[in-house]
Amino acid sequence: MPPREGTYGLLAEFDTPGDLVRAARQARQDGWRRMDCYTPYPVEEAAEAIGFHRNKVPLITLIGGLMGLAAMFSLETWISTLAFPLNIGGRPTYSWPAFIVPAYEWTILFAGLSAAFGMLALNGLPALYHPLFNAPNFRDGATTDKFFLCLEALDPKFNLAETKAYLEGLQPVSVVEVEY
Amino acid sequence: MATSEIKTNDPGIDPATGEFRVIAPGQTFRSVTEKIARIVLTPTTPLGWFAIFGVGGGVATMLLVAVTWLFLKGVGIWAITQPVAWGFAIINFVWWIGIGHAGTLISAILLLFKQSWRNSINRFAEAMTIFAVVCAGMFPLIHVGRPWLGYWLLPYPNTMNVWPQFRSPLLWDVFAVSTYATISVVFWYIGMVPDFGTMRDRAESKFAQYVYGMLSMGWRGSVRHWMRYETASLLLAGLATPLVLSVHTVISFDFAVAVLPGWHTTIFPPYFVAGAIYSGFAMVLTLAIPLRKFYHLEGLVTERHIDNMGKVMLATGFIVGYGYGMEVFMAWYSASHWEAFMMWNRMFGPMGWSYWVLVTCNLAIPLTTLWSRKLRTSIPFMFFISIVVNTGMWFERFVIVVTSLYRDFLPSSWGTYRATKWDYMTYVGTLGLFTALFLLFVRFLPMIPMSEIRMMLPGAKIKAKAAAEAGH
Repeated sequence: MPPREGTYGLLAEFDTPGDLVRAARQARQDGWRRMDCYTPYPVEEAAEAIGFHRNKVPLITLIGGLMGLAAMFSLETWISTLAFPLNIGGRPTYSWPAFIVPAYEWTILFAGLSAAFGMLALNGLPALYHPLFNAPNFRDGATTDKFFLCLEALDPKFNLAETKAYLEGLQPVSVVEVEY
Repeated sequence: MATSEIKTNDPGIDPATGEFRVIAPGQTFRSVTEKIARIVLTPTTPLGWFAIFGVGGGVATMLLVAVTWLFLKGVGIWAITQPVAWGFAIINFVWWIGIGHAGTLISAILLLFKQSWRNSINRFAEAMTIFAVVCAGMFPLIHVGRPWLGYWLLPYPNTMNVWPQFRSPLLWDVFAVSTYATISVVFWYIGMVPDFGTMRDRAESKFAQYVYGMLSMGWRGSVRHWMRYETASLLLAGLATPLVLSVHTVISFDFAVAVLPGWHTTIFPPYFVAGAIYSGFAMVLTLAIPLRKFYHLEGLVTERHIDNMGKVMLATGFIVGYGYGMEVFMAWYSASHWEAFMMWNRMFGPMGWSYWVLVTCNLAIPLTTLWSRKLRTSIPFMFFISIVVNTGMWFERFVIVVTSLYRDFLPSSWGTYRATKWDYMTYVGTLGLFTALFLLFVRFLPMIPMSEIRMMLPGAKIKAKAAAEAGH
């Protein structure tokens, strides 16, 4: 992303998850879309309040798992029948029941790696920089015991003074402006 | 259980349920965060840490000596020969990997069953898994004789134009154990990412901020991220569950696919998995009991945890007991005199003492005492039981490997087995390596998952009205 200037958004701080969920739901009802909540542990109600219901991690995991299964089973078949056929006690070269075990393990291996790295990629992590860390109260709170709602400047409804007044109407502990 | 034993004014007991509390009362988001983060972020390391690390590191150095000598001289320095070609190396491999399984069970299976009490102990149980797999994985590699050619086990295009043989359980092991190690590390690391964010934000030194900042990958706690993170955690748990069952099943195939009496039996997979969990929970207790005392974590790792682990051990101990019983039954019922002789020899032959050690440590002591809630919540007793079960499970593998091999079909090929000092040094050395790695973990990484503890605190409850509206 090219470096930007100006305001990233306005950050409202709350003391309890209940206050955050109430405020986020209100903002969503009032037509806000470019917004996010920041919590020290997963708060499912907050995600629902801002309209985030489903994610693509399961699909990525399924595709990864199927790829692992196909890769290992075909590798075993190719090695045992074409590349290096061995006579082991007269068993058929294509002894598929024996191939299940490594194929099963690779299904899990690929699915697990897809789940982990797919989740990180969808989240845009690793990220070396994010404007929110410029907010003075964010680092002490967001990963410990505070709950934040951020209305972002990219939202068409955003206007620094009006939005600030709007957020203060939601009874937060504080509202701060976040610079890029 | 008799409720009369419980003192109702005991602060460790939740008056609403009569159960032990998972977390002691009076904790807030900030207090648990500070308590856990301070262990790592303090600039002063306790002297006791250095003492134990010194002992562990010293013993691990002995492992280095033993393995160096092994590489110079070959596996002839061990007691393995015909007929006992699998000695300590395979016993220790199976023992260590079994210990690792409880970590995965706690982190994955109990997560799927929504057993939230596990949140306090899952991180260090997972760390235990990884270090146990490190110790376990070493043994087959150094047992192959020429470990520098160990990579021949992998299917890769080479100028010799040879490929591995996929019908052998020993090759299945390669895939099972390598997948297990990889997935365990990924699961552990992903679980720590939000906590690394907390460490980054709480660290005072620039260096610590930099290191934890890199490890946290820029985690900022967005609820969108959290939702994907929760999905990924559940999926990883769902994948790790069949994985952990398959790993010990594949290891039991190393034995069960052979035609040797004492190995060739279909009960091995479930019996090995149950034994793995049994010994693994014992090892979690061996680690958790001194750890909670040393770092004053009694409020987070409570008697409820010790009690529940005792119950899991009781259940898995009975499955293991069923396995032993079924082996004896099949020795008679199969009407195979090789089987019958194997069982007689295992119990009353020259190495029969090892079978009775196993019965005493795995069945006689734990399965008679773990019924009592009083004993299950007695910390010294549970520490004692954990050592007893770890010993018993090591002897189980000794009995399976050695007493099946040393007197097989032809009396003219019978032999015996007497471990050498190099065998002992290698085994004890891995205990030192495990201790040293574990101490590094408790010093530099958050040993209790802060984000998961926060979810269990009363402050995390959203009022019913708000939750109902959110559901709309």
